[in-house]
Amino acid sequence: MERIRVLIAKPGLDGHDRGAKVVARALRDAGMEVIYLGLRNTPARIAAAAVQEDVDAVGLSVLSGSHLPLARKVLDALREAGGGDIPVVIGGTIPPDDVPALKDLGIAAVLPTSARLDDAVATVRRLVEKRRGIGAVT
Amino acid sequence: MEDGAFVKFVTDTPSGIEREAVYGPPAETAPLCPPPGEAPFTRGIRSDMYRGRLWTMRQYAGFGSPEATNERYRFLLNSGQTGLSVAFDLPSQIGYDSDDVDAEEEVGRVGVPIDTLADMEIVFDGIPLDQMSTSMTINGTAAIMLAMYVAVAQRQGVSPEQITGTIQNDILKEYVARGTWIFPPDPSLRLIVDTIEYCAQQAPRFNPISIAGAHFRDAGANALQELAFTLADGITYVERCRERGLDLDRIGRRLSFFFYTHMDLFEEVAKYRAGRRLWARIMGDRFGITDPKSMLFRVGVVCGGSSLTAQQPQNNIVRVAYEALAAVLGGVQSIFTCAWDEALTLPSQETAELALRTQQVLAYETGVPSVADPLGGSWYVEELTDRYEREAERLIAQIDERGGMVACIESGWVQSEISAEAYRQQRLIESGERPIVGVNVFQRPGEVQDVEYYQTSQDDLARQRERLDRVRAERDDAAVAKTLEALQDGARGDANLMPHLIDCVQAYCTVGEITDALRGVFGEFDQPLVI
Repeated sequence: MERIRVLIAKPGLDGHDRGAKVVARALRDAGMEVIYLGLRNTPARIAAAAVQEDVDAVGLSVLSGSHLPLARKVLDALREAGGGDIPVVIGGTIPPDDVPALKDLGIAAVLPTSARLDDAVATVRRLVEKRRGIGAVT
Repeated sequence: MEDGAFVKFVTDTPSGIEREAVYGPPAETAPLCPPPGEAPFTRGIRSDMYRGRLWTMRQYAGFGSPEATNERYRFLLNSGQTGLSVAFDLPSQIGYDSDDVDAEEEVGRVGVPIDTLADMEIVFDGIPLDQMSTSMTINGTAAIMLAMYVAVAQRQGVSPEQITGTIQNDILKEYVARGTWIFPPDPSLRLIVDTIEYCAQQAPRFNPISIAGAHFRDAGANALQELAFTLADGITYVERCRERGLDLDRIGRRLSFFFYTHMDLFEEVAKYRAGRRLWARIMGDRFGITDPKSMLFRVGVVCGGSSLTAQQPQNNIVRVAYEALAAVLGGVQSIFTCAWDEALTLPSQETAELALRTQQVLAYETGVPSVADPLGGSWYVEELTDRYEREAERLIAQIDERGGMVACIESGWVQSEISAEAYRQQRLIESGERPIVGVNVFQRPGEVQDVEYYQTSQDDLARQRERLDRVRAERDDAAVAKTLEALQDGARGDANLMPHLIDCVQAYCTVGEITDALRGVFGEFDQPLVI
């Protein structure tokens, strides 16, 4: 299988990047290529990078509580940039009650505070395989 | 690892220092540590320690709106808290107004929104600033918030000489760990030296900086890295003060530190003892300080943070209590005990109260604070203290070799060292090599969390924006333009910017306007994109 490329970015103003970096390291150790975009990314910047780098998945990390509005903006920006089919995974301090709303917005998977690194790797792999599978059929 | 009988506990420290099963007297007779209150202060910064002055109980709080934050402060003060600790929201920390499109999602989420002096007045309404010590976790915009604090005090009839408290004002660790940087290192350091100089001249009881290791720890650093990186930051600040020509004996007295206390009790005690000794030596040997009062490693701490777990969150009550015990055995000056729900959300009033009670029980029921440095003379603790001092010194020497902390930050070296450690720790937890109760051992199958999640209110946001609009409509536009222009002129030169900032906030310039004026001159930090 072609090497999986993942974009990891922090949208919004929150500067806590431990989770983003630890997950990035885990994905890299699992053989994926990780493009790390750092802090304070605008939705447009994330979308542009995702499309330009032709990534298979986008990982967002938000710990400030603003995951819902930020997820909405990033997904909108991705669609506008022509990357609406790229699966977006979000992690951070996300209350369980917000998970359905995130899924409704179009977030492919949510990794809560208690998620294991293996979960993160498996989730990305599953989403990418699904997307590639569908792509091959159509 | 389902059966508790087979759970193995770890014998080395989380920083990777091997521990003996039992400690005996050292092979060579070590010189006795001087008593508490005497340089190099291994045993404490005061001879009578907590008998003379109990630690300050200071719970970090701030959320939603200036009104809600003021209400929480009054509640905490009525509950016996002895100092305030202000949490600002992210736009206020990074210099955006509450109506900025790039910031709107973050208004009031992790702290109180402050757009103008009008907000600051509400936060401290009914709280006399001549009688209150206030700590503000503020960095990129620290000089602006200090200017506002001075202005609010003046409106209460309190002079700058009377105010007490601390601004965190430690930008170096923001580049590494917490991420609320704005300007590049050089102009940021200049602003910091401006505040240090201003306080030395005008507000001598106020601590202009709290050099923080806590956020390295939250980012994944171990205790040893926390100690070494923080002291290396401290060295950088003192160097910049020396370059400005400030009297180091004078400014040394007002430097303070801020650390995390995590779960390994004796490692934490050794860290604080080693920190005091090492900082005193650094101030003496590197900077030629002779006044012992200017060598003090005065430290406030947080108990909780990334040592708290989302799983079985009430276990965090126990963790925080042990951590607070370690902090007191380590001789710290102020403590913030996290609430048990903080791995999941902002604390509710009830959980915040329980966190404060945890300290009060420790202070008044356990008898622990009645004796200074109670573990001093323990073969184990003394040897661990020596070891942490040596290892931290070795790390600081590495940073020196790499050109100092600013160079290590710009290259991304410090960031990578910390995230490598975070990753190592996470792997140890997930493999079960480092047991965490409720997480990888003694789990509760099918656990459902029963936590009251903090919600921001749209009403708060609307009210915040209305107030901002009103202030903008009512203020003197000419004064705003004039003070902002004077600030920019000052920024282009090398004058101390504090008087200009005080003029700006008095004219009700917004935090966003002031920061933009400075961004125009200083530019923004270019983050190294390393993992």
